[in-house]
Amino acid sequence: MSYTANDIMTVTAARRLRDEAVCFVGIGLPSTAANLARLTHAPNINLIYESGTIGTRPSVLPLSIGDGELATTAETVVSTPEIFRYWLQGGRVDVGFLGAAQIDRYANINTTVIGSYASPKTRLPGAGGAPDIAALAKEVFIIIRQSRRAFVEKLDFITSAGHLEGGDSRKRAGLPGKGPTAVITDLCVLEPDPVSRELTVTSIHPGVDRAQIDAATGWRVRYAEQVATTPIPADATLQVLRDLIERTAKAHGGTTNAE
Amino acid sequence: MRLTTLQAAVAEHVRDGDTVALEGFTHLIPFAAGHEIIRQGRRDLALVRMTPDLIYDQMIGMGCARSLTFSWGGNPGVGSLHRFRDAVENGWPNPLVVDERSHADVANAYVAGASNLPFAILRSYGGCDLPRYNERIRFITCPFTGERLAATPAIRPDVTVIHAQRADKRGNVLLWGIVGVQKEAALAAKRVIVTVEEVVDSLDAPPNACVLPGWTLSAVCEVPRGAWPSYAHGYYDRSNSFYKEWDGIARDRSTFVAWMKQHVLHS
Repeated sequence: MSYTANDIMTVTAARRLRDEAVCFVGIGLPSTAANLARLTHAPNINLIYESGTIGTRPSVLPLSIGDGELATTAETVVSTPEIFRYWLQGGRVDVGFLGAAQIDRYANINTTVIGSYASPKTRLPGAGGAPDIAALAKEVFIIIRQSRRAFVEKLDFITSAGHLEGGDSRKRAGLPGKGPTAVITDLCVLEPDPVSRELTVTSIHPGVDRAQIDAATGWRVRYAEQVATTPIPADATLQVLRDLIERTAKAHGGTTNAE
Repeated sequence: MRLTTLQAAVAEHVRDGDTVALEGFTHLIPFAAGHEIIRQGRRDLALVRMTPDLIYDQMIGMGCARSLTFSWGGNPGVGSLHRFRDAVENGWPNPLVVDERSHADVANAYVAGASNLPFAILRSYGGCDLPRYNERIRFITCPFTGERLAATPAIRPDVTVIHAQRADKRGNVLLWGIVGVQKEAALAAKRVIVTVEEVVDSLDAPPNACVLPGWTLSAVCEVPRGAWPSYAHGYYDRSNSFYKEWDGIARDRSTFVAWMKQHVLHS
């Protein structure tokens, strides 16, 4: 079955989620990938959304973080203070799964402003729960389309901490979780170098070359010594993804937030 | 508490210059109450809300606000809040002072307010730029472990406004589904207005349900569909199509003002 760059990004991200993991899910691309994992190899994954829904199994993808579908299909629904205090800060979340507007070489994320904070060129929606998830989940996956606008040399604002200035700077900042362990894009997978913590390309999607990745990155991107080729998505997985997106479009009147 | 009209409740309890929180996390957003505040021409409000959503886009665009405490200012599933952006980027219709925090922060700050504490503590913000630009976010050292923790001032609204599914005739209020931060926001406030889908003889609530006793509230008003275009679990769905339409309405100042005149001011 043929697939798009978005498909392989979503499928590759989904594959990283292990069955029975507790995953705190952002809306949009992370939500698509997390539900694809649930509907394929990880039927017992525990999905948490920041609206307080725990163990939710939506039949269609939510358009907003607080869709009724998330509450109706959840094992339990708790208040916003409880989800952040007992469940996230309490250390019960294995994987925080985030999207981003901009990212830098240490996987720090900006979703706040382009330009200066006092008089921004573009005012973005802001933090939401992302800084809390990035600080507190045991590890973090980031899913983001790769381009020079998104992969920048220097962020205008650090909304959510990745590996800060690299090395042990995250640990020194007192952040409990391990931080980002994988960045999955439409071109490749990047993982932090074990020592410098700089993002390093570890797997390239079939048909993509290094020149494309270099052109889509705002810094001189590093490659691991051994770079793998990302496995092609299985037909059965792609079919599940198509069906999910089609069901979602139908339920939301022709549009999806799956992108 | 008294059962009254929304018009009377807003006239009595929402005053110019107040710190006002309208809460509801995507679900049960008190749109009708926000519209009544706009119609009554309240000014200089310090607005508080985790997710400003369309209701604060409307209140900011109509000139009700002097400041905004918030944690995520987008149109969920759609994109930007254009009136909010115009106020921040261009000071239209008036400048807006921004007190920006994370979700965990605002949730904790309401808990602190409801608990009669001056501040909340949380394990967030290390390495994040928000504390560099918001002097209200600070760090303290734990007196027991020596750990460095973030501290954030309690939120104590003059008035909190929420929407719920049901009230009984004594004004006890029941809400269910995604309950967000409404209970904490209500108990942190000096005055509380609740709009409900319906007033019933008995709530028939199970013992652990999210109930706000009538004696904790200032006014309860029956306003069917008072959360539309957000939703009320068990009553009606979210109008995703309206959230999308709003993007076109709010993008331009004159279309926005015309829409507000027709659908809010003169309705």
